[in-house]
Amino acid sequence: MAKRIGMEVAVAVAEAVGLCDIDMAAVYPITPQSHIAEHLSDLVADGKINAEFVTVESEHSAMSAVIGASGAGARSYTATSSQGLMYMHELLPIASAMRLPITMAIANRAVSGPLNILNDHSDIMPQRDSGWISIFVENAQEAIDMSIIAFKIAEHKDVMLPVNINIDGFQLTHMVEPFEMPTQEEVNKFLPPFVPHATLHPAKPVTMGAFAMSDYFAEIMKAKNEALKNSKKVILEVWDEWEKMFGRGYKPVETYMAEDAEVLMLTMGSMGETAQMAIDELRAKGVKAGLIKLRLWRPFPFEEIKATIKNAKKLIVTDRAVSFGGPGGPVFSEIKSALYAETQRPAVYDYIYGLGGRDVPVSDFIGMFERVLADTDNKVVDTYEFWGVRE
Amino acid sequence: MALKTWRELPTGCVVFEPGSASEYHTGSWRSQRPVWNNQKCIKCGICYVYCPEGCVQQGEDGFFQADMDYCKGCGICAHECWPRAITMIEEG
Repeated sequence: MAKRIGMEVAVAVAEAVGLCDIDMAAVYPITPQSHIAEHLSDLVADGKINAEFVTVESEHSAMSAVIGASGAGARSYTATSSQGLMYMHELLPIASAMRLPITMAIANRAVSGPLNILNDHSDIMPQRDSGWISIFVENAQEAIDMSIIAFKIAEHKDVMLPVNINIDGFQLTHMVEPFEMPTQEEVNKFLPPFVPHATLHPAKPVTMGAFAMSDYFAEIMKAKNEALKNSKKVILEVWDEWEKMFGRGYKPVETYMAEDAEVLMLTMGSMGETAQMAIDELRAKGVKAGLIKLRLWRPFPFEEIKATIKNAKKLIVTDRAVSFGGPGGPVFSEIKSALYAETQRPAVYDYIYGLGGRDVPVSDFIGMFERVLADTDNKVVDTYEFWGVRE
Repeated sequence: MALKTWRELPTGCVVFEPGSASEYHTGSWRSQRPVWNNQKCIKCGICYVYCPEGCVQQGEDGFFQADMDYCKGCGICAHECWPRAITMIEEG
């Protein structure tokens, strides 16, 4: 077993990316992603990795640069957060439509306004329909593992899609946590060289990102959707491979005490670990509580979600973003639509919480369970509430 | 040319054949066509320079005409022609 070391998560992510034989990175620093940008540029400047670090003038340029580099056949990496991600937005569907296997870390942070630099998921949620594979991580080890795994998933010949890895800003990026860092030899063994499906080269001219009118646009959208849906098979295979090599397995939906649970809670990202403590406390009191952690956001794991929650009586979905004027948080909408056609399904509740970095202690999760357990006649089912908001 | 199904599209819609855009006959978009009056034309070539499609060509006699396979009928040539030698005529 590799030695466990402690390091700030953002720095560790840059270290992990440094093991992946990247050809280039274009990263514009933004809080709380900056330490990824800084450390990766250090690795390049110190000659520790043989890659080009492109100092761009914005996130729009960063994404444009990695699109161009990936098109040229370079293993390309970027990282951003919040406003930076919003600024990249118009380019994200282009990267996926061109089937460029870029990987990107997102240090999740609330989107303005008001300006707020702290953690929630309001930056990634508006990017949901960009056609990227979207993964949420819970702790340092997952952030490191996924940073390496993402390249293999993205570059698989049956995938060829960009991947974003969601790492909660500050709550995770700025923590010093213990983890095992794979060795260079291990990563070399795990990650084969990037073989692009096409490259920009003067000797063999191709056109990428060509114009398409109404006679082809729908077919292209369908092909992209099928590609993203089909990527799940490869994601599962690559996670299995990782488990065989490193002993750490990953699933699209992770569970904790969920098998016999009557009331389930669903979290995404770093909150899972706090919620897990709440489950322990509730179990100690005799409450049949359980937790499911949604790791894979896109492609959405419908089958896994349904199989995991079908026996529960109640399900508490937690959302860290608001869909203004909508039916609840974005995760809630997805879960409800996944369950719509099921005859056996739990009553679903939604709590929007932890916005703009608001602290969420274990007692908040216990409070959510208590509120839902008290709803014996299912009065507030299918509604959402801003947890802990001052009335 | 039969349109491809979604399954037949190349990954990422990469076009491997250089210059294949010439197979796309944008002339079908046209609702008006430019007609040159060579009595007024002074062979300055402004129409040739301004044509965004690059479909205006100079003949051996020095006068200009548009390739109707590609002319979208945008009218820029007629607008820019300062001797007013080009008229846009409705397509039947």
